[in-house]
Amino acid sequence: MTFTRRFVMAASAAAIGLASFGATAFAWEPVKPVDFVIMAGAGGGADQIARFIQSTAEKNKLTSRPLVPNNKGGGSGAEALIHLNKTNDPDHTILVTLNSFFTTPLRQENLGIDVMTFTPVAMMGVDPFVLWVHKDTGITSFEQWLDAVKAKDGEWVMGGTGTGQEDSLVTTFLKQTFGLKMKYIPYKGGGDVAKDLAGQQINSSVNNPSEAKGFYASGDVVPLVAFSDERLPAFPDVPTIKEKGYDFSYYNQRAVVGAPGQSAEAAAYYQELFETIYNTPEWQGYMESESLAPLWMNPDEQKAYWQLQIDRHKELLAKMDQ
Amino acid sequence: MEILGLLGSGLLEAIEPLNLALIFIGVTVGLWIGAMPGLGSVNGVAILLPITFLVPPGSAIIFLAAIYYGAMYGGAISSITLGIPGASTAVATTFDGRPLALQGRASLALVTAALASFVGGTVSVLLFTGFAPALASVALSFGPPEIFALMLLAFATFVGLGGDDIPKTILSICLGLVLAAVGYDEVSGAPRLILFDISGFLHGINFLVLAIGVYGIGEMLWTIDSTRGSITMSEAKLTVKGMVSDAKEATRRGWKGTTIGSLLGFFVGVLPAAGATPGSLMAYGVTKMVSRNPREFGQGHPGGVAAPEAANNSASTGSMLPMITLGIPGSPTTAILLGGMVIWGLTPGPRLFVDESEFVWGLIGSFYVSNFAALVINLAFIPLFIWMLRMPFTILAPMIFVLSVVGGYAAVRDMHDIWLMVVFGISAFFLRKFDYPLAPAVLAIVLGPIAEPTLRQSLLLSSGDPMIFLNRPVAGPITVIAVILILLPLFKVIRNKMRGQKMAA
Repeated sequence: MTFTRRFVMAASAAAIGLASFGATAFAWEPVKPVDFVIMAGAGGGADQIARFIQSTAEKNKLTSRPLVPNNKGGGSGAEALIHLNKTNDPDHTILVTLNSFFTTPLRQENLGIDVMTFTPVAMMGVDPFVLWVHKDTGITSFEQWLDAVKAKDGEWVMGGTGTGQEDSLVTTFLKQTFGLKMKYIPYKGGGDVAKDLAGQQINSSVNNPSEAKGFYASGDVVPLVAFSDERLPAFPDVPTIKEKGYDFSYYNQRAVVGAPGQSAEAAAYYQELFETIYNTPEWQGYMESESLAPLWMNPDEQKAYWQLQIDRHKELLAKMDQ
Repeated sequence: MEILGLLGSGLLEAIEPLNLALIFIGVTVGLWIGAMPGLGSVNGVAILLPITFLVPPGSAIIFLAAIYYGAMYGGAISSITLGIPGASTAVATTFDGRPLALQGRASLALVTAALASFVGGTVSVLLFTGFAPALASVALSFGPPEIFALMLLAFATFVGLGGDDIPKTILSICLGLVLAAVGYDEVSGAPRLILFDISGFLHGINFLVLAIGVYGIGEMLWTIDSTRGSITMSEAKLTVKGMVSDAKEATRRGWKGTTIGSLLGFFVGVLPAAGATPGSLMAYGVTKMVSRNPREFGQGHPGGVAAPEAANNSASTGSMLPMITLGIPGSPTTAILLGGMVIWGLTPGPRLFVDESEFVWGLIGSFYVSNFAALVINLAFIPLFIWMLRMPFTILAPMIFVLSVVGGYAAVRDMHDIWLMVVFGISAFFLRKFDYPLAPAVLAIVLGPIAEPTLRQSLLLSSGDPMIFLNRPVAGPITVIAVILILLPLFKVIRNKMRGQKMAA
């Protein structure tokens, strides 16, 4: 009897499972390849993440139609935002974002883009920032760095990815909080910054761990302080700026959003798809190896987070213009 | 000796049945992708990246590297036969490849391209094997001032490229530089030169859109105009004996270009930020400059095919060097390959050579094998390409047009680019009527986006002092050579004038 009961239970559980599976899996599915827009050029950090996500989906056969990466990095991502804004097929158009998702519409108001009209899909993680120097400087702590910058009196060279970009906001914070004077040299991407720090063309940089970790592993560059809320698991000995008594943290978002006007069914499909991708061992492993911090949110929380970030970036950008 | 042992095991790994099969498939696929205008190694590698999960990482990278190699060989094919650069790396190949094809000597051009590619590939792999770690530190020592000095040198070699009309050459360079500035300003982060507020200009003007416009559409209009559509492409015959004598002529007239291309291409490829396209253009410029008959270049000189082809293959190996030793991409294609390495669970960076030595040496071993495979496959396909050329122009011209449009669209997938390409094609036709050289404009749009940020970064570093280009140990000599080269034509003009006065006196 127990056997039968167990069998019935299993069967009904399976039936429920099938029913719910059927309900979600077949309500809406892409009928053609999905335009998987990337807010950056080929080869950068955002691009790497997008391609990793795409290959994870491919490997686990998670989509019935392929995600086709489409790099639109022009104008600090303005090109990508315009592309999503005017697409005539919002159900097959999604975007991998950085914080330029918030800053670009603020800095280029004439684009007429309101990111609050976009469709939340998934927050795949947030990328922390760390202050790095070359090992030959002999600097091993944040305090020593402050002294060294002050001693150079405006000749200290900081590398970054350009005014208004994520790392430049952190640099502005450092300059204003500690009254520092330094040169800021803009590069095309975080990888170029890391390379020129390793080659000692610049004196320090604010880089994501994923961009600098190769040179960290070889011992060429030294992390001094992390701009994260808590110490990074990959760098347990590196203090945060919060520990130093300054209430500041800054992350680059690695999120997926849908085009404005995406249907609720399509949005639900992508939300579920990216939740599945998020929970794959591949993505979890990637987050760990690249020092991404988890910040999973449901769609409503994502929208609230966007509003928060827009307000915060307005403030940060205003400070930068001072 | 340790290196030889490692290389030996790498070679053994490369000729394992699975890897050998992947090399042949990869090279063949790459050859066709490279031959399609607009599609280059970047697209090929990006498209095929996700399917590499089926094999272990060592085999996956060998497959993708084989595609990269094949595409470098393939790019020359449409440059020569159709006059449309098959990939950005093969633009310089059109300069002399196309005239050769029009003279009925397409087989000479194709054989030259194949042999030069093989030599370029082999030389660069030997350099790679012997000096990888040393060259990696050279790559690191190249900061913004050094890269800018190098770009200056590239421009200098090209002042002579447009024939003797230097003002028109300079105007053409300036035109290209303006087009290169469209898009967005890296330093201030603001949009710049968004002409007529058309959003398509936000992503800048893709170099391929200009190159295909000028060489695909412009060239087609030119041919129609100059022949009134009555020609078939000249009779191209092909016999085994002919190919052997082509090979002899390619060696005799192309060895200089091949040597220059192999060495220069490798060095430029090693530098991050540069890559195969600037490498091949520079190799062409230098080869023309040192040639005893520079006037024959652009009219169909095998050296003008050999130099860029040797250089782009050499540079593609070269750009793998910073990728493997430092984890920095030396070209757009290696950027994608780096992403692939992360996906396969490897950590690119300075430790890769040590931690994943088997992977690295398997890849290096595969370079040797891929190169050989590419030569054999390429030579085997030459009769097919020659046959294509025998089609009447009335069939070929629409085909060129269709391929140009597809190629222009493929780069960024924006209709805007197609209209722009047509505009460029028509403008190029008229500029050519007025004897304006167009190659310098194409060069400027390739080098401009590298030269501009490095110039501005350098001046920010030095607080505006231009001496930074002279008082650094590496940048200094390069800048001096570049300036001398730029002024050389001026000296010649003055000397000729003085001589003329003496004669008169």
